Order: sequence, then structure tokens, then C-alpha cells
Amino acid sequence: MTLLDKILQLGVAVAIFAAVMALVLLLADRARGRRAEFVQSAAFLVPTVLLLLVGLIWPALRTLYQSFFNRSSVSFVGLDNYIRVFTQPELLLVLRNTALWVVITPILATAIGLVYAVLIDRSRVEAFAKALIFLPMAISFVGASVIWKFLYDYKQVRIVDGEPTEQIGLVNQFIVWLGGDPQNLIINEPWNTFLLIIVMIWIQAGFAMTVLSAAIKAIPDDIVEAARLDGVGAFRMFFSITLPSIRPALVVVLTTISIGVLKVFDIVRTMTGGQFGTSVVANEFYDQSFQSSDLGVGSTLAIVLFALVMPIVIYNVRQMRKVDSQ
Amino acid sequence: MTVLDSAAAGVPATDLVRVATEKRATTAKKGLTSPWASIAAIVIAVLWTIPTFGLFVTSFRPEADTRTTGWWTAFTEPSFTFDNYTEVLFGGQSPLSNYFVNSVIIAIPSVLIPIVLATLAAYAFAWMRFPGRDFLFVAVFALQIVPLQVALIPLLEIYVSTGLSNSYWTVWISHSIFALPLAIFLLHNSMRDIPVELVEAARVDGAGHVRIFTTIMLPLMKPAIAAFAVFQFLWVWNDLLVALTFAGGTRDVAPLTVRVAELTGSRGSDYYLLAAGAFVSIIVPLIVFLSLQRFFVRGLLAGSVKG
Repeated sequence: MTLLDKILQLGVAVAIFAAVMALVLLLADRARGRRAEFVQSAAFLVPTVLLLLVGLIWPALRTLYQSFFNRSSVSFVGLDNYIRVFTQPELLLVLRNTALWVVITPILATAIGLVYAVLIDRSRVEAFAKALIFLPMAISFVGASVIWKFLYDYKQVRIVDGEPTEQIGLVNQFIVWLGGDPQNLIINEPWNTFLLIIVMIWIQAGFAMTVLSAAIKAIPDDIVEAARLDGVGAFRMFFSITLPSIRPALVVVLTTISIGVLKVFDIVRTMTGGQFGTSVVANEFYDQSFQSSDLGVGSTLAIVLFALVMPIVIYNVRQMRKVDSQ
Repeated sequence: MTVLDSAAAGVPATDLVRVATEKRATTAKKGLTSPWASIAAIVIAVLWTIPTFGLFVTSFRPEADTRTTGWWTAFTEPSFTFDNYTEVLFGGQSPLSNYFVNSVIIAIPSVLIPIVLATLAAYAFAWMRFPGRDFLFVAVFALQIVPLQVALIPLLEIYVSTGLSNSYWTVWISHSIFALPLAIFLLHNSMRDIPVELVEAARVDGAGHVRIFTTIMLPLMKPAIAAFAVFQFLWVWNDLLVALTFAGGTRDVAPLTVRVAELTGSRGSDYYLLAAGAFVSIIVPLIVFLSLQRFFVRGLLAGSVKG
């Protein structure tokens, strides 16, 4: 396709959409009489409801259905796919990795975000300091993965002209500076999973910091002032005033990051492709569905993901309401 | 609130603001008097910035240098070039400029379509009366918990059977569908904040729903729509999963993320190219971040559960 073709397609798509929506609104506007309200609400909602039915609800039901069938969705296999997911060693490793991700990432990202938010609160450079930590959130997971893959890079040491070759990855260079031997970090099981988790922490700390910083600023000044007059030190202030006051926001941050972490795909895909024992549920779903063409196990992994995410989302939404109503 | 209350009690509000800022200033000084706090903050800030900075420096270093020495040596023996960007953007069989265009073309309808559909739906849920409204709204709200993985295989089957697969259309439609539940929820929330009197006054004047929607709601909803637009744009621009599933097979449609991820696999040690490529894909969200920070933070926080 040439550039012109592409722009033409874009123009056609936008024009069709605009024309359809204009027509719908025009017709809705002309509706009169007792049933006008009903006709108009239908006009406003039908496109959305249709899209959701065809694009989300039906596919979700079909995935559930396919999870009880074999790899080509031909013969019914009952719970076999689920049994495989929870017994086969490779898939158990995937579940173990997902558990590591979902336990470590939210806790560390939230802790770092919280400490940083407290440290820079009301300092002169607060806005700038916040932007530095928040910036990784603007970068795509793919971009972040390239950044960190470069950091973890390993070059085999050879002797050229009597000098050992240098490392170009900063982490390995640090190991050399400290007198150690450079490691091929990314294939080193099981530590490589932790190295991938660090990337997610790096991205999510900014999110935690922003939400928690807002929560800290919402603590009434008189409470802080009163505590200060009583001679409460910085540490006690943090543990007996700041922490209890921002508890609901903390829960929201922890659960929100957990949900994001459960669905993490891009980082694993880009950094290792799920090799070297680093796969997680969302990545394994992609591999099984689109590379091994095993629709049975693929669908099952999608349903497992759904089942893992659902309770956290429900809890998260409830907490969010609490924070909003305060 | 406190400012308003005391203003009512006869104290000029400006004085109070001044007092408040002075108080802020003293606490700020207190913060700075603790050197350990400052050091800890600086350490975190440096740790968070160095990774990006290192790759940024690398993207301007000559190929030979990037293969043999670390980017930190670029400061003692400076040597910089734009060649990496020229090569990655325009050189070879599949230049990145091509994928950049794809990313833009994917993003525009994928932001536009869900915004229009969701504002209409949100309006219907907030201001119209029809049977089954509450049930329908709860159903749409509940759809937010569906991870998009659950829908990918059947959707792909539909696209393949209609002959649409590996075209812009499938990516546009998919992104629009996946955006709808969250968009409706967010826009409905801010639509409910608009005073009832405004809508009722317009009704009394004989305005129909379509007129109220276009002349009253749309202008008042601008900030909420902008926040969602920024969020959705970044989501689409940075997405890998949807693009890989529905457009991964073709150079004509695949966006930047798909290509950069592919490059990390196929040219994993060519960091002079990867660095420049990564920054080509990062630059647009970065500009959005720096210029629209307010909407950016609001949108990201509101949409953090999506996916």
C-alpha cells in the first residue's frame, strides 16, 4: 500500500462513520410522539450495544465454550485443558511466574512510589521531580523493554589487542567495576523473571506516586500541624498519621497495579518471548493460541486470566467508590 | 472550602491564601533541612532516569562505538551522529517511517469512534428514560472486568471469515470495541455532574435530545472527553497485543510497537538501530505527556484498570 492508499482508507473510514452517525442523529431528531424517547434512546445506544454484543460478549462466551474443546475446537474434552494448565510442568511454571509478578510488583512499586511521594511533598522542585518518575508511564511497554534489555545486555568477554572487551550494558559494567564476572542476565533462570519484574516496577511506580501524592495532600493540615506541635517526629508522623489517612488510596493503587500485572504481555514478549522460563499467563495465552494454534489451552488460559482478574477488579471498584465518596 | 467559609465570615480570602502559602513555604524549608530525605529522593530520581537516558545517548552514537563501548564513554570521547535515525526511519526493506504512518492511521479512528459512540451512550444512560436502562448500564459497567484476551480468538475467527483480517478495519473496530465499556463509564460519570436544571430548561424551551446533546452536553463535556481521548490515544499508540493479533502479519498495517518488538527479536544486538527505533516510537507519547500533562495524568489514572 502506498501512503496515498492509506490516507484514502482513513478518509473513507472516517467519512462512513461520520455519515452513519449524522444520519442516525438526524432520524432520531425527527422522531415525534409518544414513542419518541424510546426511538431516540435506541438511536443513541444501538451502535454501541451491537458492537459490545458482537465484539465482547459473544467472543467471551465462545472462548469459554472453546476451553472445553480440543486444540482445533472439534471434539469435546471436558476439563482436560484445565487439568493440563494446573498439572503440566511448563504451564505450572507459567502460573508460578505469574504469582511472583503479582505479589512482588504491586508491593515494591507502591512502596517506592509512596516513599518518593512523601520525600518530595512540598519541596520546591516537586512538579519536576514528579515528572521524572511519571515519565516511564508515557513510554510503551515495548519501548521500556528495549530500554531495559539494553541495560541488561551481556557481551562475552574476548581479548582484543591484549585488552579484554568492554560491556555495553550498564548492569554488567557495574558488576565488572565491582570486580565480578559479567553474566548473561536475561537467560539466567530463575533470576531473569525478577529482572523483567523490575521493568514493570519502573513503569508503575509513577502511577503509585501520583495517586498517593494526591492522597497525602488531602490529609487535613490541622491534623499534621497538631501532631507537629506535639513534637511527633518524621517517622512517627509517617506511620501513625500519613499511612492510616491514605489507606483507601493505598488499596486502590495496590489492586490497580495487580490487575495490570496479571495482564502483562508486552514486556515478556519483547524481552524474552517467554523463553528461558519467563513466560506468564498472558504471554502463554498468546503463544498457545496463535503460535501453537492450540485453541483449547489458549482459551483456557484466557478464562483463567479472567478468573484471576475478576475478584481484584470487583474489590478495586468498591474501594474506588470509598475513596471517591470521602 | 476553608477559604470560602472564612471569606463568608468576613476575612478577605486573599489574606488567607497568603497565610496558607507562607505556611507551605515554612514546611517546604523543613523538608529541605533533612539532607537524608533529599539524598534518597535524588537517588530514586536518578535510578528512574538513567535507563532512558542511556538508550537516548546510544541512539546518537556511531554504530561501531555502540558495539564496543558503553554509552557512558560518550562523555569522555564524544562522537555523535544522526545516521541511526536516518537508517532506521528510511533505510532498508521495511523502514520505520512506514510503521509510523500506520500507527497514526490506526490511532485516529480508534480514538474518534469510541468517543462518539460512548458520549452518545453515556447521554442515553444519564438523561433518557427507556425500559431496561439500569440493567443495560450495569451490564456495560460489568464488561470492564473482561480482559481483552478473552475476546481475541473468536474475534479473529470472525475477521478471517469476513475476509477483513490484516487490514486497518479490524484494528480500528477492535480498539473501538475494547474502549467502549470504560469510555461509557467515565463519560457517564462526568455527564451526571452537569446540573439537571440546564437540561430541564432546554427541554422547556422545546429542545429535543439531539439538540441538548450537541449544543449543551458536548461543549460542557470537553475536559472529560479530552482526558479520555489522551488516554485512549496513548493506549492505542502503545498497544502491542491487539496490533499483533489483528495486524501482525502485514507490513502494510502493523504499527510501530509491532515492528520495534520484532526488531528486538531479529536484530537483538544492534542497539544503534534499536535505540533509534525505540525513540521514534516513544517521541509522540512523550510530546503528549509534556504538552498535555494535566489531561494525561487524569486520563491515565481514570483508565488504569483497562485491558
